[in-house]
Amino acid sequence: MFLFEQELPDTSERPTIVNMSRRDFLKRTALAAGSTFVLGAFIGCRSKTEFVPETKIPAQGTMADAAFQPNLLIGISDAGDVFIVCTRSEMGQGIRTGMPPVIADELEASWNRVHVVQADGDPKYGDQNTDGSRSVRKHFDEWRKAGATARAMFVTAAAQTWGVAESECVAENHVVKHMATGRELGYGELAATAATLEVPENPTLKSRDQWRYITKPMRGVDNRDIVTGTAVFGIDAQLPGMLYASVERCPVIGGKVKTYDTKSALAIPGVRQVIPIPAATLPPAFNALGGLAVVAENTWAAFKGREALEVEWHLGPNATHNSEVYRNEMEKSATSPGREIRTVGDVTRAMNEAAKTVEAVYHVPMLAHAPMEPPSALAWVKKDGTCEIWTPSQDPQAVRTTVAETLGVEVEKITVHVTLLGGGFGRKSKPDYVVEAVLISKAVGAPVKVTWTREDEIRFDYFHAPSVQYLQAGLDAQGKTTAWVHRTTFPSISSTFRTNVDHASSGELGLGFTTNPYNIPNMRLENGAAEAHVRIGWLRSVCNIQHGFTLNAFAGELAQAAGRDQKDYLLELIGPPRNLNSLFEGDKGAYGEDLSRHPYETGRLRHVVELAAEKAGWGKDRPKGHALGIAAHFSFVSYVAHVVHASVKDGKVRVHRVDCAVDCGTYVNPDRVKAQMEGSVVFGLTLALHGKITVSSGAVEQSNFHDYPLLRINETPEIHVHIVENQSPPGGVGEPGVPPVAPALTNAILRITGKPIRELPIRLSELS
Amino acid sequence: MSNLLQTVSTFALKVNGEVRTVEASPDMPLLWVLRDLMRLTGTKYGCGIGLCGACTIHLDGEAIRSCSTPISAAVGKEVTTIEGLSIDGTHPLQLAWDELNVSQCGYCQTGQIMTAASWMREKENPTPQAIDGYQSGNLCRCGTYTRIRAAIVRATEIEGR
Repeated sequence: MFLFEQELPDTSERPTIVNMSRRDFLKRTALAAGSTFVLGAFIGCRSKTEFVPETKIPAQGTMADAAFQPNLLIGISDAGDVFIVCTRSEMGQGIRTGMPPVIADELEASWNRVHVVQADGDPKYGDQNTDGSRSVRKHFDEWRKAGATARAMFVTAAAQTWGVAESECVAENHVVKHMATGRELGYGELAATAATLEVPENPTLKSRDQWRYITKPMRGVDNRDIVTGTAVFGIDAQLPGMLYASVERCPVIGGKVKTYDTKSALAIPGVRQVIPIPAATLPPAFNALGGLAVVAENTWAAFKGREALEVEWHLGPNATHNSEVYRNEMEKSATSPGREIRTVGDVTRAMNEAAKTVEAVYHVPMLAHAPMEPPSALAWVKKDGTCEIWTPSQDPQAVRTTVAETLGVEVEKITVHVTLLGGGFGRKSKPDYVVEAVLISKAVGAPVKVTWTREDEIRFDYFHAPSVQYLQAGLDAQGKTTAWVHRTTFPSISSTFRTNVDHASSGELGLGFTTNPYNIPNMRLENGAAEAHVRIGWLRSVCNIQHGFTLNAFAGELAQAAGRDQKDYLLELIGPPRNLNSLFEGDKGAYGEDLSRHPYETGRLRHVVELAAEKAGWGKDRPKGHALGIAAHFSFVSYVAHVVHASVKDGKVRVHRVDCAVDCGTYVNPDRVKAQMEGSVVFGLTLALHGKITVSSGAVEQSNFHDYPLLRINETPEIHVHIVENQSPPGGVGEPGVPPVAPALTNAILRITGKPIRELPIRLSELS
Repeated sequence: MSNLLQTVSTFALKVNGEVRTVEASPDMPLLWVLRDLMRLTGTKYGCGIGLCGACTIHLDGEAIRSCSTPISAAVGKEVTTIEGLSIDGTHPLQLAWDELNVSQCGYCQTGQIMTAASWMREKENPTPQAIDGYQSGNLCRCGTYTRIRAAIVRATEIEGR
């Protein structure tokens, strides 16, 4: 439970931040991961963990007064309670039941004695930016080592206590045993002795067959809090004496307040003040957009006060932006020669020699994140110049640095407590909403919670970029694809942070475009120009959404043009199992990973295609109006294929079943891998069937779930997830399930109607 | 603007079996009464216009959207929130949700459970059609729908139906 309701009259009564006596000890014993030792006062989610069927044991003491802290991530009390710090944000991907089990496993800790402590935002923890599907992928080895270090120290402590050789002792399930005599000492009993030892540099890691929790399904550590309504999300944060705020912003990005009248707003019972927030300059970055904040005694009064505000805006340079016009401009860009990204072979000649050519223009619209919990933040700028924040953030260190810059104070004066996130999907890695709370708190001299309405969330998102893509292929007389042109056009995320950006970054193009695995001898990849007129940001799987869509949807069209089976044709395009490291320069491959650790292997992509097809019963006869469609995509160094069973009847599409095959290498919690794939299917179907944000005169036209609908339970298919057993290093899980969903569905529809779907969301008029 | 001006009144509400008194405008939705005035934050804001179900509570046992129900409509009625669904968090739905790891982010789940708890009281056997029909007003962006279906069925087993 969170401790928001504690009496906090001033900062002097807060828990001790640094324990000097132990800090001396800790400084002496450097952590293998290279961090310095500072004891945090953990105010974050201190949910108790449980691992059925064991009984929950309440924690005695806290992380801050644990007797033994071998590193920043682990604390063990004299009573034997193990505190494991989760340094990554929990937004539903399951990291609070992912990171701690890895550490506990190597520690040989009993899971029912483990208590998960949520880290504040602090660079001492290394990277905490929870995005890019990289928590386990980037930190698995480091977490194992942290646990193994503590385990080795317990063994040494026991051996010293008994005066025997360490080799005669073994750590097992919260005790160290002396094998010859059967003597045992518990971790709690050993904590004080272990705390006096040097930290070993290279502890032995367990072998896979010794894993106790890793690769086993684990029950979510926050399950009980969630189902009893006691889990604390950012929007639930409370402090005594806090005020509530809602912000009226200019409907057009880059606009600002011209005139305003607060009289009616201030007449609403409970409304205290109206605070102007200065307009952000462009590029918007993570700054508050600016506007007028209504500060009130409760959220409802703040909302009502905002409705009563009378405001006129200077709309600024983006007021002429219009999605229809923009769509035509992007289409023109996509169908004209663009910036050359990669050329293989002689595409012009191959196209000329082709027996048949196919070309298509694809549209994927702008999308909003729509996490069920809208952005929210509780900030308290105190008289002593410090600032304390409770917020659902994917990137608490970015919150800290952005807020420090906003207030013009040192970063050390900013404390960021990370609550649970009611969904993130990339939205909550941008701290603009926290900056609002900080500015308002500073102005009113009290803790202030800013709550975004759903309308705010949809209108003022950092949107997934709208895109237009041109594809052309040449087929030989046997129907084999011999030439391929792909031109992708979309406004870049870089435009959110820099001016004069009109092309995609190489990082964005690496999300499914330059990582194209197809085995085609003549290929030309180009990027068309597009400027941004709204804030563009990353959304679950980012540019893989549009690139995964076109690569697979066009493959479906080519199979049709060749008169071939969709799955067989996809496998032919992917080609024989081979290593595609040559797509990258130097040692770094996709997603910044070392190629030696994460080679790009088409054999793995082929395998998920074959597995999904087999499990779905590919090739079996289906009733009229029914068909299976297939798609596969490599992203975040994982490989996912979906087979969608859909039907079209009376101009309506229904999705009956999805079979998902995922190869994410070594996984931690298979139940969460399944859950992430299930969620990805729903996320992918939402964008295939419903999602579309449009802009008119610079302002977003959608506002809530009536005009930006999400998939509902009655539209949800059966979902079957098949995990490939593969001992490669861990790949991403949170995002790679999304990209192949929409094209697997449109490929099924293509087989039913014979007509390709080239625009998302799928329009009912194309189904007849 | 005069229609926006509401006089603050005193309301005595029976919430989770306990009578609680608050000062509020008569038009204040129960959602904000519960969350801000009573500090019962298990009931969530999602859309404010009754489209997502995150704010679902029971009024005399019936599932309602607390974001669109003013406090004045709850006078003399029994308000039940997720915090009062069971004494110790052992309602069959809560147990089933935990057992099957339904929750991802968890934000919508209290509303999902309150919706299910209401209609399941009368339903003997929740058919797939009934589950999809009754739960279709509750959105989940994480996409936990297939597990919600399974957990509702599991809850009837736990209940011993």
